[in-house]
Amino acid sequence: MMKYIKFLLVGILFGIVLVKSEAVSWYRIYEMFRFESFHMYGIIGSAVTTGVLILLVSKKMKLKNITGQLLDVPKKEKGLMRYIIGGSIFGLGWALSGACPGPMYILVGTGVFQMLIVILAAILGTYVYGKFKDKLPH
Amino acid sequence: MDYILQPWPWYVSGPLIAIVMFLLLYFGKTFGMSSNLRTLCAIGGAGKKVPFFNFNWREQKWNLVVVIGTVIGGFIAHFLLSAPTNIDLNPDTVAKLNELGFDNVGKSLLPQELFSWDAVFSVKGLAILIIGGFLVGFGTRYAGGCTSGHAITGLSSLQLPSLIAVIGFFIGGLIMVHLLFPLIF
Repeated sequence: MMKYIKFLLVGILFGIVLVKSEAVSWYRIYEMFRFESFHMYGIIGSAVTTGVLILLVSKKMKLKNITGQLLDVPKKEKGLMRYIIGGSIFGLGWALSGACPGPMYILVGTGVFQMLIVILAAILGTYVYGKFKDKLPH
Repeated sequence: MDYILQPWPWYVSGPLIAIVMFLLLYFGKTFGMSSNLRTLCAIGGAGKKVPFFNFNWREQKWNLVVVIGTVIGGFIAHFLLSAPTNIDLNPDTVAKLNELGFDNVGKSLLPQELFSWDAVFSVKGLAILIIGGFLVGFGTRYAGGCTSGHAITGLSSLQLPSLIAVIGFFIGGLIMVHLLFPLIF
């Protein structure tokens, strides 16, 4: 049980940051896709910049994770179609519901129980992908 | 304390998100929220019918614990760490939303026109939430990740597939907001 506490704490931190940054707000996503504010670009941009630096320094220092292996990000499969088509489908849903797979849970915590409908629909969408994945271009 | 209660600027929030990514890597895992949707399918028994869900979901329990954490974090941030403030949106954004029929723009995190119970119990409102959620769930698994897996983790590790996926996120988002919203609202 104790080994899960750290994951709970990381989740709590993530939830707090996304609410306090307003990245969970439908309005902020809409504003982003209209290019009318730097806010969301600043969040994603500074997250990625910090992330690149952290990973470079970790590599340089040969930093190990708690299991004793070198810190490593798994490589994504090579491909084009799945990323461009799948990504676009995701983008359509992201802009419509204003929620990606982190915020949809976080928003339930802010008292928006209506989000449970979005979560159930997302589970269904994932299931349908799994069922037809071999028929789709990847 | 006032700084905490006010909305946090991007240059505080972004690096904190990178730290979340780093902590999970340090714990021997990878940051990726959408994987939980697949895990939930597997827990529901989807593995008996579809091989894609036939995996040992118990190895993913840590990620479900992250999810529980995010719900608690959302509660703490919203009810304990926030002074009531409007979202500081661009006036042009607000004007455009007023034009589309949205009122009280930015007075809460989400528009009442989509997320109030009245909206949820209307055919159109329910359809929007279900279609939106379905597209997110289908698209994220198809693309092999979401904002956390591709935009944060993938771009931070300079992976080309993630860049392509993020370009896809924007193609879809721009089509929705600029071409489809005027037809929907």
